[in-house]
Amino acid sequence: MTGYRIQGATGEWEVVVGLEVHAQISTQAKLFSGAATAFGAEPNTQVSLVDAAMPGMLPVPNMECIRQAVRTGIAINAQINKWSRFDRKNYFYADLPQGYQISQLYHPIVGEGSLEVQLDDKDPESTKTIGIERIHVEQDAGKLMHDQHPTMSYVDLNRSGVALMEIVSRPDLRSPVEAGAYLAKLRTILRYVGSCDGNMDQGSMRADVNVSVRKPGEPFGTRTETKNVNSVRFVMAVVEQEAKRQVALIEDGGTIVQETRLYDPDRNETRSMRSKEDAHDYRYFPDPDLLPIVLDDAFVEECRASLPELPDAKRHRYETALGLSPYNAGVLTAEVETSRWFEALLAQSATQQGKPEGEVAKQAANWLTSELFGALNKLGKGLLESPVSPEAGGELLALIGKGTISGSAAKQVLEIMLETGNTPGAIVEREGLTQTSDTGAIKAAVDAVLAANADKVEQYKGGKEALFGFFVGQTMKAMQGKGNPGLVNEVLKAKLG
Amino acid sequence: MSVDTATVARIASLARIKVTDEEIAAMVPELNGILAWVEQLGEVNVEGIAPMTAVIPNQQRLRDDVVGADPLTGGGVRDKVLSNAPAGEHGFFGVPKVIE
Amino acid sequence: MTDLTDLGVAAIRAGVANGDFSATEVAGAFNTAVADAQPALNAFITLTPDKALEAAAAVDADRAAGKALGKMAGVPIGMKDLFATTGTKTTAASQILGNFVPPYESTVSQKLWDAGAGMLGKLNLDQFAMGSSNETSAFGNVISPWRREGDTAQLAPGGSSGGSSAAVSARIAPAATGTDTGGSIRQPAAFTGISGIKPTYGRCSRWGIVAFASSLDQAGPMARDVRDCAIMLEAMAGFDPKDSTSLDLPVPEWEANLNADLRGKKVGIPREYRMDGMDADVARAWDEGIAWLKDAGAEIVDINLAHTKYALPAYYIIAPAEASSNLARYDGVRYGLRDLPQGAGLQDMYAATRAAGFGAEVKRRILMGTYVLSAGFYDAYYTQAQKVRTLISRDFMDAFQTVDVILAPTAPTAAFGLGEMVSDPLAMYLNDVFAVPASLAGLPAMSVPAGLDRQGLPLGLQLIGRPFDEQGVLDAGLAIEARAGFTARPAKWW
Repeated sequence: MTGYRIQGATGEWEVVVGLEVHAQISTQAKLFSGAATAFGAEPNTQVSLVDAAMPGMLPVPNMECIRQAVRTGIAINAQINKWSRFDRKNYFYADLPQGYQISQLYHPIVGEGSLEVQLDDKDPESTKTIGIERIHVEQDAGKLMHDQHPTMSYVDLNRSGVALMEIVSRPDLRSPVEAGAYLAKLRTILRYVGSCDGNMDQGSMRADVNVSVRKPGEPFGTRTETKNVNSVRFVMAVVEQEAKRQVALIEDGGTIVQETRLYDPDRNETRSMRSKEDAHDYRYFPDPDLLPIVLDDAFVEECRASLPELPDAKRHRYETALGLSPYNAGVLTAEVETSRWFEALLAQSATQQGKPEGEVAKQAANWLTSELFGALNKLGKGLLESPVSPEAGGELLALIGKGTISGSAAKQVLEIMLETGNTPGAIVEREGLTQTSDTGAIKAAVDAVLAANADKVEQYKGGKEALFGFFVGQTMKAMQGKGNPGLVNEVLKAKLG
Repeated sequence: MSVDTATVARIASLARIKVTDEEIAAMVPELNGILAWVEQLGEVNVEGIAPMTAVIPNQQRLRDDVVGADPLTGGGVRDKVLSNAPAGEHGFFGVPKVIE
Repeated sequence: MTDLTDLGVAAIRAGVANGDFSATEVAGAFNTAVADAQPALNAFITLTPDKALEAAAAVDADRAAGKALGKMAGVPIGMKDLFATTGTKTTAASQILGNFVPPYESTVSQKLWDAGAGMLGKLNLDQFAMGSSNETSAFGNVISPWRREGDTAQLAPGGSSGGSSAAVSARIAPAATGTDTGGSIRQPAAFTGISGIKPTYGRCSRWGIVAFASSLDQAGPMARDVRDCAIMLEAMAGFDPKDSTSLDLPVPEWEANLNADLRGKKVGIPREYRMDGMDADVARAWDEGIAWLKDAGAEIVDINLAHTKYALPAYYIIAPAEASSNLARYDGVRYGLRDLPQGAGLQDMYAATRAAGFGAEVKRRILMGTYVLSAGFYDAYYTQAQKVRTLISRDFMDAFQTVDVILAPTAPTAAFGLGEMVSDPLAMYLNDVFAVPASLAGLPAMSVPAGLDRQGLPLGLQLIGRPFDEQGVLDAGLAIEARAGFTARPAKWW
């Protein structure tokens, strides 16, 4: 695999990237208080006395946050630390009521793990393993609004104290594509696990992108950290723009400053945040309001047992047990909802056809990825908004599989299903789309066609085999399109010798 | 270890306490006196000793994921939260404009 | 009729229950005494006579209705102004919280009200509980009711619970809450000839108490005698799910189980506490204490607490470090003082607010704490101090293999004069040299009056027990109390 390189005036440069992903843990209540976490509430209505850091308020951790962090850790094959604790990260800002963030520096709950990314959709061999250094649990900060008042900023603490997982990768990423693939894969896993909803537009997931450049083979360069990047596309853009900027700066004789930057999507560039002179002295120390978190084996086992089949395992099973193409397996497992939909469709289809899933899986996969996705695409809808349910889809697949309707009729049925929401059985009945598999009727039709076209039969027998399609077409026409194409073929072949 | 005026100024800035030069000058010998005294801890052999984490051996209790299980630590109390705010406006806390 | 203000917790509770007098009469008597003494002693920051009367009326009504009465029914108390009280200003004796009115009640104060106590007012203290003489309060010094024989010089009531000790010893409150981080219940109790107990760390919920140093702060009662302390501690203690460090244990019946018979018990005397140049009166009181406990049936055993001399320096790293972080929330954004100079930005506002709102000692400790946690110094100071803390705790655990309770002086001297120590922070810190080790180890420890020194000022003896063994501490305290026969009280000069 050729590496991603930036062409500079002095030669080729390599980019080195690490991501710190902040993922909001899906919980009802906050990490250390009983305030709600729902998105979009009125300002400061989801703030407890604890979140507002009133004097004498104390934190008590939410078990679900710990549980979801452990489940996520297991999902990335990471070490689960049975002894961990919370530390305070001290700094002053208006969105940080306590004057410190409760986080985990010295003893995070999850240690070393990794995940595998595929760099090319079409090439199942194009994988790379990305190291994950740790996952720790911490509090989110509140939010400042700058545009409501001419001389003041307004503070909303609704997000203050919401639980986050910070998932820190190794600096193993070497291109925009790798960074994008890593973030997308991580999001997929979190959504499978259910530990984060992955809604990047609501801020449920955001990445701090650490970028440095170096000449291949040389030690790491100084890195910059671009904060709060909230889409896969932007992460890729940040890597590309920041690498270019750094190469240009170094080649101009400048030096990279270790600093915090922001990405401006409108201008597609990063810019330095006003640096705070002591931003790097956070005076971490163990939070004396909290005790060590000690996990027992039973807790960890419960977390493990509660995990669903994860995307890599599922994809592998789709390819081996269900016989799907690597491409289809990839598409169907990329989103947890897609795989759920597919599995419901497959179960329904198999039951109705009375066949094992392995025998009807390819049909289901092909229909879903080409027919339904194509149709929904035209409607501008996602799978979750599909007017066709997996049950109805399964019924339709069974009608095809049993030979009740033809493939072309099925397309027509699907269109009507999307429009009306009616079941395929009812549509087939009303529209008279049932195909004929009565061999007697087919034979009669074939005989009539052959008799009416004796000249062409002669030509066919003389070697003009292309005429076969003509006979099929004529037979189907004679049967008003309802002849079972397989049987028509069969009968014609037999009659034409 | 001891501190000089520059160090005290830096610490005061880190702690967000505005201090005058006179105050710094007065604090330097005071803090150095205390630091010189705590320095004696260095004499203690602490090899193999773990720093204390819980004064009474105990581990963290975890609460259930329930909103407002105890009203004293639940949300939905905006009036209370804002009741002492020096600049509470339109449901927000007001602070001098921040340029990010 | 007896002067109701001469009565303690047990006597008031019994008198109210028997109908000898009403709770309202008691509250009225103490309200008057408080108002009378306030100009001279300055023990309170806020007076709440109506609260005291309101609670008393409720108790009287309950009694009239034949309802069961609580452990503290009819007892009006002083509340250290570090406990959040709904609707009543809670200042921590600092300008930065000068106008703070909590919309919530601390767990401990709520338990006391639930037990039938009433609030006379919010007691003065050292600012954010940082101090040993009550001279760091932003609301003026508390003047001890005690005076040296033949002298009218103002004396310190001890600190940080100086308002509490002054009020109880002046008989203007039968009991008061205190908090103890490094001696703040015991040292003021010793200075004023009253009793006070700091229970095992985690017995009393810290929820709603303005934090100083989280790993050390513990609330406890200050009262005239051991029994009153036992009664009030029962009302204050108990598991609180809102505090992660709260002990999930039932509250023992300390009062019912009080027993001054120490036969079969072993009392440890730590050699390391007998320091060079020890005050002769303090040494004598300690020796008397040993004799009293022997008389009560205990066996006296010499013990080693090898790391004692390192306790105070370790404390002065750990406590300021925690405080520097705990006090970061006082920033002028959500409550309390805001100092916003013309044209100031957010960070300038923080610095101006905190400069204007915090007193000198608080600033000193915040700076110390900030420094010891800062990059490059954390391990040398903070981690080292926490390791030494482990050793100090281990010393105690080793000693408790042999002994049941430890006897030591509470403070190195009797009360000193106001202004005598303020210019030398280090000398002030040394006041807590005997109190701090038990704090660092989270152990229950109490001070009981032992007698008077040559100037006629009270001296206290300290009892330190095993974790969770408040009973052992109270029992040994009771044995001393019974033999010390301490009846001295300050003459009323105010």
